[in-house]
Amino acid sequence: MGQTMVEKILARNMGVSAVKPGDIVTVNVDRVMLDDIMIPFIVDKFHEMGFKKVWDPDKVVLIYDHLVPASQQDDTRHYRVGDAFVKECGLIHVHRSDGICHQLMTEAGYVKPGDVVLGTDSHTTTYGCVGAFSTGIGYTEMASILGTGTLWVKVPETIRVVIDGKLPGGVMSKDVILRLIGDLGADGATYRALEFAGSTVEEMSVSSRMTMANMAIEAGAKCAVFMPDEKTLKYCEESEKNYGGNGSQTFAMSLEQAERELRADEDAVYLRTITYRAEDFQPVMACPSQVDNICSVSQLEGTAIDQVFIGSCTNGRLEDLKAAASVLEGKKVAPFVKLIVTPASRKVYEDALDCGVLQTLIKAGAIITHPGCGLCCGRTGGILSDGERVVATNNRNFLGRMGTSKVEIYLASPMTAAACAVAGRIVPAGGLPHEV
Amino acid sequence: MAVGKIFKFHNDLDTDQIIASQYLLLPTIEDMKIHTFESLDPQFPSKIKPGDYVVGGENFGCGSSREQAPGVLKALGVKAVVAKSFARIFYRNAINIGLPVIVCRELPDQVETGDEMELSLSEGVARVGGEEYPCTRLPEYMQKILNQGGLIASLNEEV
Repeated sequence: MGQTMVEKILARNMGVSAVKPGDIVTVNVDRVMLDDIMIPFIVDKFHEMGFKKVWDPDKVVLIYDHLVPASQQDDTRHYRVGDAFVKECGLIHVHRSDGICHQLMTEAGYVKPGDVVLGTDSHTTTYGCVGAFSTGIGYTEMASILGTGTLWVKVPETIRVVIDGKLPGGVMSKDVILRLIGDLGADGATYRALEFAGSTVEEMSVSSRMTMANMAIEAGAKCAVFMPDEKTLKYCEESEKNYGGNGSQTFAMSLEQAERELRADEDAVYLRTITYRAEDFQPVMACPSQVDNICSVSQLEGTAIDQVFIGSCTNGRLEDLKAAASVLEGKKVAPFVKLIVTPASRKVYEDALDCGVLQTLIKAGAIITHPGCGLCCGRTGGILSDGERVVATNNRNFLGRMGTSKVEIYLASPMTAAACAVAGRIVPAGGLPHEV
Repeated sequence: MAVGKIFKFHNDLDTDQIIASQYLLLPTIEDMKIHTFESLDPQFPSKIKPGDYVVGGENFGCGSSREQAPGVLKALGVKAVVAKSFARIFYRNAINIGLPVIVCRELPDQVETGDEMELSLSEGVARVGGEEYPCTRLPEYMQKILNQGGLIASLNEEV
């Protein structure tokens, strides 16, 4: 029987010829990501379990992102606990102010095609953009991995999503994944893997794929994978050099090897296959307060807004800032709207500075904040209050996510968000050309 | 078999609503628990008594991977969460900390907050108002973790 891509990754990880959905397998973890919110809890559990050392310090990445820079006095306690753990266990890979964890895991070369990666954040699904199996876990399980290097995983069934054709102007990968979440529902992929294929996703940049893998969890998915191609391999090779070569696992996978070891078999068995024509997509939004509550932007046109947020691990990359800048070029943000732009990482920040994108955004009236999770997790940089409405490019519009529970959050692509910032109300970006 | 009161919630109940992000910075689960379900019912922590039950609809505990969500429920003494279905990370986390999570398709639509429920984990059955509802029994692997009080106790057992 043929295997899906996720089945191949898991079988390869364990050195067996095949696995099948429903099997409970014990994987050898290639990397783990610990974030600053969870670190005190992870450390407590690690000690409670009686572990004295982590199984392999090279495989552990600690990233401070939700709480950087501190917005409350207590935040710094998390740095102190993290730093003490770094010392205690000899951790090598630590990012204290470089940006959002999921951006850094790929951008700094920690995740490679075929890897099995776990993180203490639900958006760990992001790393499927380079063809890794990755998913979020709790802090108790993370502590257990730190001691043992292993985790039990139930092999998921796979839903194949095939998208062919050319996306219309003004439509970004965010619109594609939002539509899919709307079609599947918030639990439509629970316990399942998503495998993306088709000419549309082949055309997409790694960055666009990252947006889609990032949001797979919003349909409940365990993971989401894209087959690595030349673009992926180039991205991984280059990421080795970022942040002083922190990746450390020298990357040497050839395209042939990826094809041989990772590509789903022709006769792979899928739970179901969903097909889309790229031409049928349009700019959409996830309306308050559920991510699967999808409406077309034109349906919502005219709704007044107070703030726009462009950033997050979903849509805070250079490509996203460029897309926003393409809309904002020569225009001004509406006087009563605050446009907050948060680059996903230090590298994105630098690159956006170097290519003039930041200048365009600033001239249009954007407030640029430090790289990090920022407003997405409702901790800093533009918290909203009762009755306010925000258009945001991140991944969740849950009640109370960005302030009080009476804030309305509309999720959209960076192009749509930028257009709304100019208009001061919800409007489609129109058929503006989208330069990637 | 112990009787407890039901506190019922809606479909797609996300972990931000169980315990909001801003409280994750509090030093312990004990400090966090008074903020459980704050955006939905600020009085919940004072109303719930040890041995009571939380009942949800589809996709209970979706969203973030925060283990503090099942953590605060357990700390408040919630005996089990019974729902039509669970989001997977919440489910795993709950098992790992020793909070029973029980799938029951029919019950959630038939009960209301305040109803009294008896739940037998070993029989896989819930009783409310004279009606019996079959519940999925947990797989053996998870029962083992649960019976030992969570993953830590289970690991210590193996070591």
